[in-house]
Amino acid sequence: MRETTSKKLYQMGKEIVEQINEEKKPSMKIPVRSLSNIKWDETNKLLTLGDKKSKRHFFNVGHARKFMQTLLIASFCKDIVDENIHASIRDMYYNLKHSIGGSKENTFEEQAESDPLIVDIETALQTLREQLHLLADRKGVVVGNVVVEDRGDSINWSKLGSGGWSIPSVVEDIKFEKVDADFVLVIEKNAGFERLHEDKLWKKYNCILMGTGGQAARGTRRLIKRLSDEYKLPVYVLTDSDSYGWYIYSVIKSGSMALAHASDELGTPSARFIGLTISDIKDYKLEKSVIRANDRDLKRAKELLEYPWFHHKEWQQEIKLMLDKKIKAEIEALSSKGLKFLSDTYLPEKLERKEFLP
Amino acid sequence: MVGTSIFGCERMVDDPAGKNAEQMAKEHKEISVSEFFEKNRHLLGYDNPTRALITVVKEFVDNSLDACEEARILPRIWLEVKSTTSDRFRVMLKDNGPGMMDNRIPQTLGKLLVGSKFYKNLQSRGQQGLGTKGAVMYSQLTTGKPTSIVASTGNGKTSFYELMIDVKKNEPKIVSHQYIEDGRVWHGLKIEMEIEGRYVESKSGVGEFIKQVAIANPFAEIIFDGPSGRVEFQRGAMELPPLPKEIKPHPYGVELGIFRRMIQETSSRTVKSFFTNDFSRVGGISADEICKLAGVNPGVSPRSIDADNSEKLFKAMKNAKLLRPPTDCLSPLGEELILSGLKKEIKAEFFSSVTRPPSVYRGSPFQVEVGIAYGGELPQEGAVDIMRISNRVPLMYQAGDCAITKAVAGTDWKKYGFNQSGKNMPTGPGVVMVHFASTWVPYTSESKQAIASYNIIIKEIKLALQEAGRRMQKYVSGKRRFEMHQQRKKIFERYIPEVAESLGKLTKENQELIKAKLQKMAKEVTEVKLFESELEGDDIEEIVSDGEGDS
Repeated sequence: MRETTSKKLYQMGKEIVEQINEEKKPSMKIPVRSLSNIKWDETNKLLTLGDKKSKRHFFNVGHARKFMQTLLIASFCKDIVDENIHASIRDMYYNLKHSIGGSKENTFEEQAESDPLIVDIETALQTLREQLHLLADRKGVVVGNVVVEDRGDSINWSKLGSGGWSIPSVVEDIKFEKVDADFVLVIEKNAGFERLHEDKLWKKYNCILMGTGGQAARGTRRLIKRLSDEYKLPVYVLTDSDSYGWYIYSVIKSGSMALAHASDELGTPSARFIGLTISDIKDYKLEKSVIRANDRDLKRAKELLEYPWFHHKEWQQEIKLMLDKKIKAEIEALSSKGLKFLSDTYLPEKLERKEFLP
Repeated sequence: MVGTSIFGCERMVDDPAGKNAEQMAKEHKEISVSEFFEKNRHLLGYDNPTRALITVVKEFVDNSLDACEEARILPRIWLEVKSTTSDRFRVMLKDNGPGMMDNRIPQTLGKLLVGSKFYKNLQSRGQQGLGTKGAVMYSQLTTGKPTSIVASTGNGKTSFYELMIDVKKNEPKIVSHQYIEDGRVWHGLKIEMEIEGRYVESKSGVGEFIKQVAIANPFAEIIFDGPSGRVEFQRGAMELPPLPKEIKPHPYGVELGIFRRMIQETSSRTVKSFFTNDFSRVGGISADEICKLAGVNPGVSPRSIDADNSEKLFKAMKNAKLLRPPTDCLSPLGEELILSGLKKEIKAEFFSSVTRPPSVYRGSPFQVEVGIAYGGELPQEGAVDIMRISNRVPLMYQAGDCAITKAVAGTDWKKYGFNQSGKNMPTGPGVVMVHFASTWVPYTSESKQAIASYNIIIKEIKLALQEAGRRMQKYVSGKRRFEMHQQRKKIFERYIPEVAESLGKLTKENQELIKAKLQKMAKEVTEVKLFESELEGDDIEEIVSDGEGDS
């Protein structure tokens, strides 16, 4: 794997050097990542990147800086891949930042300049940040009857007290030693995770319980994907009943627009949505715990309506219901029926009735 | 040398203030013209000591330049302004003009309103105040001293005069006089007087005035020895502009008062011949038509026309269908002279000039010229310097009332490379000179420092400004392109080492070799106009849809 990545980076440099040797003005091709080039792959149920590419020329005042920066990042990545060490994207930013040729100009002025170029290289080389040895933010915890080996340590996810196992940003090299679970339950909220963990829900239902703490990080998404692929475990996702929660679900399932190039690696099309839905509000008599949806919520909901991956009639119904009633609800709304309502009533009922949204 | 002496050809007659003074003098016979001056000096440019000093200098310089031009001599002027006491100055001007005949000197300089052919229609400088006579008067009023004149016409004899004016009689008073062969053969005139005044270095001061004179008259050499030192203005051109031709007034441009005087003083024998002889563009048919419209017999003597009939004729004349006045009587500076004037006195990097074709307002032909200097050592900040020139004479006061100022503010300078907020004066590194040449400059008031804002005049000035502006804009955008080009070169040069190092690390190829090749390419790229297409801010990466290597 490392050799492949290193070779890809070498190739990238080599192509440019060849252009220079042929006295051609050097340029590189970068896949376009704007909305216009993001496609919905109906067969695989994933967001993917289209064929459009843009050319970045060195001898163009508007491109020169980005061209230079892209090469700096590529050569940094080659170094760390060859040395087999990892760096966070912030590490990289600081490592590469320096003033240019005695001028006041820096190679990078802020991390916001380097971050998108990492994705450029990922897409151009059809590789992933993780393979470039760059660490994305880590976020997300997991518990369950699972034992893994990570850098020579054996870790039992069921024996980690109240905290659970913190999911690393790169899960590629993790080996599963034992996986004893019937499904994976992913919950968007850290507080919700702790509640269910305390209730030992994962023991009761023999599942793997995962908390994402908002939008799922790449490592977490990759882990869900691996568990789904390698152990054929069903994945159920629990989020707030609003447009943002639903989008978190859709990213886990179908990939995101920002990382459309990596949907293959990160998306889990078999994932199902367990709750909360707007219908739940009526079904579980939560009317007193709803929140009025604001304009932003509604605007976002209207956008969801348009996304092809929300075109299932069940989803259209839910979203329209939200737009119609102008309400939303948090997972915690279920606590109005008692703290254990979520683990003792709501989830068992949903699982029992197989009441999932696609 | 003809009998016209330099101050004899002074055109005070063309000037409404002179006319006004004269009309008043006629109405109140008991007051002499000189007395009138004494009482109305504020109308004539002598209202305060600062202004008075500049007016005296202006009269001297205007007369010298007019005389030299008429005699086709390249002017060389030596001007001295030195303080004698805290509030007095000695002003001396010496020129290489045609000089003045000895016997003409007292009348020409010592009697106001002498030799007035008041309806002479000729583009000339002398439209300011009462001319040198006014200065003599002012000197006498404020210091009680005579004016000294030394002059020669080149006949080997030199006149020495000390003159004053008898205010009651409006007669010259000769204090001393000599006309001798002093062994020198020369032509020219030296005039010297002491006046009450104040010298200030400012935008409307004597120094700035002389500088603008030098710009507007680049064929003149001027040495100005002022209170703060000597400045020499070299010639920028060795040729005088052609002499303006005198034309008869056009009926549309004549006012009733002047018309009445013309009809009284004409030498024509009939009203019809008065119209055909004394006006331009009036032929026999038109003259008959005017008389018919007015109900006046064209055959009668002009002297028999009473006030009532003269008004009828005047109205008829205004309603008659006549050709526009001829415009070949004007003598613009021309685009080349404007450039040479600006170039020699202003350290800018770009100059442009425009001479508009002549136009006509109310029966008077006029022509607008514009010169623009841009960049170089001109200050980047602050308002663009506006020089208002009327018949080659700089206007120093009342900028706000002037058609030139209004036209400058009403032009959209942002298009051309200056900054401007709304309809304010433009800012930036520039000088804008506007020359208004006319047989009759329509001033807004007696002090003759602002040109009246007739629509046609504003329009002509704007057209000239726009054309000069467009030329400037081409330069400015070319300059910006060049700067961009330089900047571009720097960007590439700056990034090449970084790019070469990264490529070296990625491929283990020779960094120095890559660097050298890129540097060679950078040179070619920045020299060839390859970047033209990028000029429009094309920094958006073009999209190539080849799908190559995509999954």
